[in-house]
Amino acid sequence: MKSLGSIRRDFAPWNDPNAKPYIQFDKVTKKFADFIAVNNLSLTIFEREFFALLGASGCGKSTLLRMLAGFEEPSAGRILLDGQDLRGIPPYKRPVNMMFQSYALFPHMTVEKNIAFGLKQEGMPGPDIEKRVAEMLRLVKLEQFAKRKPHQLSGGQRQRVALARSVAKRPKVLLLDEPLGALDKKLREETQFELMDLQQELGLTFVVVTHDQEEAMTMADRIAIMDKGEVMQVATPAEIYEAPTSRFVAHFVGNVNMFEGRVAERTASTTRITGATGAQIVVDNGGAAAAGSDIIFAIRPEKIKVSSKKPADAVNVLEGEVYDVAYLGDMTVYHIKLDDGQIVRASALNASRITEDPLTWNDRAWVSFRPDAGVVLTR
Amino acid sequence: MNSTWSRFNITSIVLGFAFLYLPIVLLIVFSFNESKLVTVWGGFSTKWYVSLFHNQGLMDATWVTARVGVISATVATVLGTLAAITLTRYTRFKGRVLFSGMVFAPLVMPEVITGLSLLLLFVAVGLDRGFVTVTLAHITFTMCFVAVVVQSRLVTFDRSLEEAAMDLGAPPVKTFFQITLPVILPAIISGWMLAFTLSLDDLVIASFTSGPGATTLPMKIYSQVRLGVTPEINAACTILIAVVAIGVIIASIANKRREIQRQLDEQAAQRG
Amino acid sequence: MTNIAAAASSSTETAAAPPMTLAKGFVDRLVIIIPYLWLLFFFLVPFIIVFKISLSQTAISMPPYTPVLDFKDGVAGFFAGFRELNFDNYTWLTQDALYFNAYVTSLIIAGISTILTLIVGYPIAYGMARAPATIRPTLLMLVILPFWTSFLIRVYAWIGILKPEGLLNQVLLATGLISQPLVILNTYTAIFIGIVYSYLPFMVLPLYSSLEKMDYSLIEAAQDLGCPPTGAFWKITFPLSLPGVVAGCLLVFIPAVGEFVIPDLLGGSQTLMIGKTLWNEFFSNRDWPVSSAVAVILLLVLTIPIMFFQQAQAKAQEQGR
Repeated sequence: MKSLGSIRRDFAPWNDPNAKPYIQFDKVTKKFADFIAVNNLSLTIFEREFFALLGASGCGKSTLLRMLAGFEEPSAGRILLDGQDLRGIPPYKRPVNMMFQSYALFPHMTVEKNIAFGLKQEGMPGPDIEKRVAEMLRLVKLEQFAKRKPHQLSGGQRQRVALARSVAKRPKVLLLDEPLGALDKKLREETQFELMDLQQELGLTFVVVTHDQEEAMTMADRIAIMDKGEVMQVATPAEIYEAPTSRFVAHFVGNVNMFEGRVAERTASTTRITGATGAQIVVDNGGAAAAGSDIIFAIRPEKIKVSSKKPADAVNVLEGEVYDVAYLGDMTVYHIKLDDGQIVRASALNASRITEDPLTWNDRAWVSFRPDAGVVLTR
Repeated sequence: MNSTWSRFNITSIVLGFAFLYLPIVLLIVFSFNESKLVTVWGGFSTKWYVSLFHNQGLMDATWVTARVGVISATVATVLGTLAAITLTRYTRFKGRVLFSGMVFAPLVMPEVITGLSLLLLFVAVGLDRGFVTVTLAHITFTMCFVAVVVQSRLVTFDRSLEEAAMDLGAPPVKTFFQITLPVILPAIISGWMLAFTLSLDDLVIASFTSGPGATTLPMKIYSQVRLGVTPEINAACTILIAVVAIGVIIASIANKRREIQRQLDEQAAQRG
Repeated sequence: MTNIAAAASSSTETAAAPPMTLAKGFVDRLVIIIPYLWLLFFFLVPFIIVFKISLSQTAISMPPYTPVLDFKDGVAGFFAGFRELNFDNYTWLTQDALYFNAYVTSLIIAGISTILTLIVGYPIAYGMARAPATIRPTLLMLVILPFWTSFLIRVYAWIGILKPEGLLNQVLLATGLISQPLVILNTYTAIFIGIVYSYLPFMVLPLYSSLEKMDYSLIEAAQDLGCPPTGAFWKITFPLSLPGVVAGCLLVFIPAVGEFVIPDLLGGSQTLMIGKTLWNEFFSNRDWPVSSAVAVILLLVLTIPIMFFQQAQAKAQEQGR
């Protein structure tokens, strides 16, 4: 498989066999009474990485974060930070800091006092604290709000105070629990880039928990997709999207079409698939699928071309009729009902203003895609 | 909402509040009665208030009551807060069921039972009845009310504040005093006020557990009420009501102003 | 995730492996032990003593009973003491119809008063819950305020109103509604009025909090589906306010059974209630063993409603989390 790079092209320690892991979850399990929140999970995060834990609520991602912060102890397994086993170290002695989902700003203290709180705990001298607080306020552009109490701030300002407070101590690792969850959409997009800049500037390792795939895709160097206490895939955003390794991941991130089928023939360069309803599909890469095995062929809607005439030169062509059309402005989404009954979703970018031949309901239509457009999934 | 604020609702509230307040209002009005007959208006006068201040027994009782109230409310607030923390934070320890039972039962326990049982305890351990025993008794029954007030605040307390403090390097005890305590302080203060008022008001438990030289104001009032209704008692009651009502009203107005200020701040913050 | 993990960690995990309890070890234990010991010594032990004294002989001395079950003679003496136990005081209670009547009357009076308080309190709580949100806090404060003023004073205020020459009779005579003064003071009617009046806030507050929480669109939905307002009240509002009704009734009923001040000041010497009986037995007859026996039985009678109350409290506590 082609290796897809990260956003920061020169930063990919996970591909370097000599790179030293910074945070290591080693076969970590966490049980709450009868509920297994994290199940025998192993994960490696590198220094200066922006790492995202992505999953639906209840998948164990927050528990993972809380174990790293020291609010929960693993029921089994080890967590190592920079080679040191964290077991038994209480949260107030760990060199990690957390930004809470609710921000957890101390309501009885000013912005200044909130930011200074952690510095006071480590016994930093007064003048140094003042200097650091001023620096933090500048960093998050809240200089004129130093004397305000949390309730006198807007949501976005509160978020920035929480951020400033958690990075003030220059922790080895910053943990962010749904850092943008409480902000509205527009603010969220702006803040995503601010967070990335901040991480670069301070050179910290970020571990962010989120349920928002767009957020994770935008910010993270690598994403771990979690489900039911287990990691389904750890990869760069591009890899997660273009080369998911399981049905779950393919489904979880973005839209996808799935074809059930069986590998009819495998050669070195091509794999031929017979769909459950008879369609023939040829793909470049069969992954781990052996000939004769049942598989799923997954393909993203934008990789499928829809046309009103049968394309002459395409390798994979399937015929059907237009079942639904949705014009979304920047693109048009088609639902094509294939002759075998399966519905395929295809999206076309509206690059030009006039569409030469608009397809509409019940028109005959052909869908086509290249052999390298989709992936073969075995699980 | 206005459509449902119907005539029926308004009527029931007005009647309800009239029922609640009319007797107290009448009592206050007749404390200013010139006539010795409590029920016949004989003109305005403050003479009963004057004679009140020359009633040495009543003044002594007031002093005893105030001291018992302050001491017992303070100790009860500490114990009640600890009990509330135990109830909300330690969900599983040996004897928790018994503990929560002992916290909640006194809230509804008939006072005659509480009073009698405490008296018998003091006799059994050989403690002479007096100031100390009343205070101990009041601590015991008011701490449960404090516990309930503080507990209801602790239940809604955002635990992530404590986690944030620990995350930033504050050890647990420090976290409690720097974060938890300041945030729940308003509840603790209202717990103290409740304990103080309950102690101020108590007749039955004090009658059982008090001894010579430690007659409280309610005991004094009670012994006079038994002899008949007099304007002087009305005056004493009026002062007592005024003290408590002013305290409560000041507290709630201060609260309200803080709340309004807070809302204004929040609106300003959203705009700016 | 956050919810499940937080719920799980706060409700089940804390005790087993408490990384996040407020403090560890010694301080933890201190927080629990101090109030625990206080309540054991000043709440539970006294009950055991009451029970013990209820089984001892009356004596004309100070204290006026012969001690039974004393630890002075060691454990052996303690067990020897069992032989001296006697249930004379309890036999006495069953033989004298006065006590039995007092218990029954107390329960009946408390029961009727509770229902009356509910009838008076429900419309007030309902009206408050439906009031514009801006004035609700003020109304709430007005309900709580009398609770802060002395119980004794509030009961005392009614004497002046209910007396034969009192204000109520003056008004009624003046308006010509009656020609003879009504005798209310020193009757059971006066006790009912006193209990309803004194305990009204205890009824209104839980009712209000359960009614206020209720989503008004439920009523609108019921009406939209063709249910008339009265029907909607009995089918939707009332059932949903039942937790408040139960809590309010228990808060009124339990203390009302053992009430002393109200029957003593408003009920006069003719009315019979157990709290008053206990008081008289103790202060007038100075019979500590018998009054202890009265207290023990009263407590037994109240055990079931108190347990209900505990359960309601525990439930409310669970929901509060």
